[in-house]
Amino acid sequence: MATAVVGSRIKRREDPRLITGEAKYLEDIKLPGLAYAAILRSPYAHANIKSINIDKAKALPGVLGVFTGKDFADVNPLPCAWQAGGVQNNANTPRILEIDKVTFTGAGVAVVVAEDRYTAEDALELIEVDWEPLPVVVDAYKATQPGAPQLHENAPNNVCMEWTVGDQSAVDQALHSADIVVKQHILNQRLIPTPMEPRGCIAQYLAATGEYTIWMTSQAPHVMRLLITAFVFGIPETKVRVISPQIGGGFGAKIFLYPEYCLMPALSKKLGRPVRWMETRSENYISTTHGRDHITDIEVGAKRDGTITSLKVNTYANLGGVLSTIAPGIPTTLYGRMLSGAYKIPNIFCRVFGVYTNTGMVDAYRGAGRPEATYVVERAVDLVARELNMDPVEVRRKNFIQPEDFPYDPIILRGLKYDSGDYDKALDRALEMLDYANFRKEQAEARQQGRYLGVGFSTYIEICGVAPSAWIGLPGEGWGAALWESANVRVHLTGKVVVTTGSQTHGQGHETSVSQVVAGELGIAVEDVTVQHSDTLGTPFGYGTYGSRSTAVGTVAVYNSLQKIKEKAKALGAHMLEAAVEDVVFQDGKVHVKGAPDRAKTIQEIAGAAALAYSLPQGMEPFLDDTTYYDPPNCTYPFGTHICVVEVDPSTGSIEIKRYIAVDDVGNVINPMIVEGQVHGGIAQGVAQALWEAAVYDENGQLITGSLMDYALPRADFFPPFELDRTETPTPVNPLGVKGAGETGTIAATPAVVNAVVDALSPLGIKHLDMPLGADKIWRVIQEHTNGV
Amino acid sequence: MQVKITVNGTLHERDVTPRTLLVHFLREDLALTGTKIGCDTSQCGSCTVHLDGKALKSCTMLAVQADGSDVQTIESLAQDGPLHPMQESFWEKHGLQCGYCTPGMIMASIALLENNPHPSDEEIRHGLEGNLCRCTGYQNIVAAVKNASEKMGG
Repeated sequence: MATAVVGSRIKRREDPRLITGEAKYLEDIKLPGLAYAAILRSPYAHANIKSINIDKAKALPGVLGVFTGKDFADVNPLPCAWQAGGVQNNANTPRILEIDKVTFTGAGVAVVVAEDRYTAEDALELIEVDWEPLPVVVDAYKATQPGAPQLHENAPNNVCMEWTVGDQSAVDQALHSADIVVKQHILNQRLIPTPMEPRGCIAQYLAATGEYTIWMTSQAPHVMRLLITAFVFGIPETKVRVISPQIGGGFGAKIFLYPEYCLMPALSKKLGRPVRWMETRSENYISTTHGRDHITDIEVGAKRDGTITSLKVNTYANLGGVLSTIAPGIPTTLYGRMLSGAYKIPNIFCRVFGVYTNTGMVDAYRGAGRPEATYVVERAVDLVARELNMDPVEVRRKNFIQPEDFPYDPIILRGLKYDSGDYDKALDRALEMLDYANFRKEQAEARQQGRYLGVGFSTYIEICGVAPSAWIGLPGEGWGAALWESANVRVHLTGKVVVTTGSQTHGQGHETSVSQVVAGELGIAVEDVTVQHSDTLGTPFGYGTYGSRSTAVGTVAVYNSLQKIKEKAKALGAHMLEAAVEDVVFQDGKVHVKGAPDRAKTIQEIAGAAALAYSLPQGMEPFLDDTTYYDPPNCTYPFGTHICVVEVDPSTGSIEIKRYIAVDDVGNVINPMIVEGQVHGGIAQGVAQALWEAAVYDENGQLITGSLMDYALPRADFFPPFELDRTETPTPVNPLGVKGAGETGTIAATPAVVNAVVDALSPLGIKHLDMPLGADKIWRVIQEHTNGV
Repeated sequence: MQVKITVNGTLHERDVTPRTLLVHFLREDLALTGTKIGCDTSQCGSCTVHLDGKALKSCTMLAVQADGSDVQTIESLAQDGPLHPMQESFWEKHGLQCGYCTPGMIMASIALLENNPHPSDEEIRHGLEGNLCRCTGYQNIVAAVKNASEKMGG
């Protein structure tokens, strides 16, 4: 049992409360005296606030208070906690309510608190704002051009930061001497993360102690407490307790500190009542962060044999009207530094402009920078293959980093090295599943019949398990803190184990996978493990869950504590057995004398003895209890091959996904069922970017796709079943050999689909298409190219 | 306005404002918070309940319109003890991750099987198109419904 539990498909321990409706998400929490807040948001994308009249709203029966930004002028603006490393960042961040000016539709300008939500919403209608609309720009490139409306005084030409990586002159030289150079303009459109649970916050202030309890939909409750207290309110960290209750998905959008998470505690203090705000979906779409939104130009140079020699990338990253918490770090560290992909590309240069526009905030969305990088790299490889009339599989193989090259230094990672990999192995397996040779025959026949059948590849790599603190921190990559993770493991007198972790689970099943590791190491039943998290009271500080870091960093912290607990159990077990510690082993939940398995004490017996402390070895403290702070020595680098097969109907432009194959390597796997679920969901989001989803602003800065009526969130009948397999190349970075599985699907899928559609339409001379590949767009493209032929 | 609504077998007589949505009545007045709200345009299906035996998005109906009706929510399924086969199947097949869409998805899936006890994968996907899930890519939800269909003698 001890070893089998890790790697097995154990049903999730969190599910009973979820499938019965008993789990308490934020909006399910009701406190005595709870009051309800509703926020008035700017209808303009760029405007001065000349005045706000709240008199009528205040007079509405049931209204407890109406406030504007001026009421909170003494509260600091929110911090930007990850500014791009090594360069000037012209940072502008939200206030808890804007006072003079708004720079995007959806910025909060006033708040009503009432006895019930319906009354609060009614009162919003009675607030009168005298707006002075200003000129608007929504496009990141246009915003940098002369004459564009200026959003912030400290950011000339709306540039927040200009960041580069690589040696520009070396890349220019390599491009100059390349046999071929392909240039391409590439758009990576804006997406809306859309966790099914929108955001919310409840705050309760106790005047007697000056303490706040804040429940919020957060992926990082400890970080929220730090930012709220130390940066926004300027009060001791110990005055705030943050609790993330059951969280209904995040996908990055719930990492960040939002104005409402500071506004609710401020309101509770003013009113002496607990106050709740819960976002509507339409509100979520304008006021919660978006993802992606890059305008990119690439030049890729190669030799005639397909060897890629150089890649030059210029990107305008749209950051929105103000900066979200870690916005500048996403298109820099997590994008520019990943542009080597799975390939030996000797010369890479990337320049990124982070740009303010009159649009909603842009920050990490599942994959966060790596999907954008992977899209650039995997499109670039296909463009080279096309130019040279080579098989895209062969170009990939030609440039792959080989197993013997690890640890591999892609130079642009500023000292970090890819950990381990066998990229051909994953590709081989995926090609076998596809039956590639046969597919090309089938494709040739289809083309004879005038059918548009195509295959697309994505042999991706990503970076997760973020990150060594000294590498990512302020002197390096600009992250404004550390990025280790913590865990505490206690074996109680009864033998039951309680793990507290600084990680936060919002769908990933950590309560199960962590329990499996504990059960496996201590040789106990999974049911005897309880995993506590998401409450700053009683859990050690942790940086939270994002960047596929909770297993590769958080669970490693648990593992390391377990090793220390086992050592102590051995010492105490030996004492109980009247043996020398060198003469005992810990195996299958027991300490026994070497060669005499019957002379044994169970972990439960030892835990009981440790807790009772009647007879301990000299100098040993009571209790089996250990805390670990684990700072990873490197990140981890999952990889794999995704293959998409599509058929395009030329009469309608509609695209049918005929097959979707994914062979991922996320290192060792603790629970294959959970990993497969992560990959399924990730693929769905990646495919959705390729084919359907786009956040669209009109030229006035109004979000056209402002609700689920208009934003094309995929439904069950949009997808075929995905065909999954894995290779397992353990990482040497951590003792569990795990890499992380939360984002691979999203990172890999998008270019696989686009490459497939471009392949399908290649007989028409089409070399590139910008996403999303909706039927209307594809039909028009086919018409244009057919008429032109 | 006075309404009489039977919810999970219990008759509730309440005074509600005419504009109260059924989902708010269930969640706020009766504290049955298993039913979720995921949107404001009747797209997501998180609020799916059964009304007089049929699946219904409870955000599309006013409480007063449900006067005299018989409503079943997610809380009804295991109220006598054992899990409903659909709940078991979602658990066994990893048909949920964050769990937020799950109560609505389970209620919609039960109604789907009542209409079609032997659905194909395609019929399941089509039958659940009124319910959004952002976590699972739907694959294991389809597997769960299929599994439940077998368990329920379909």
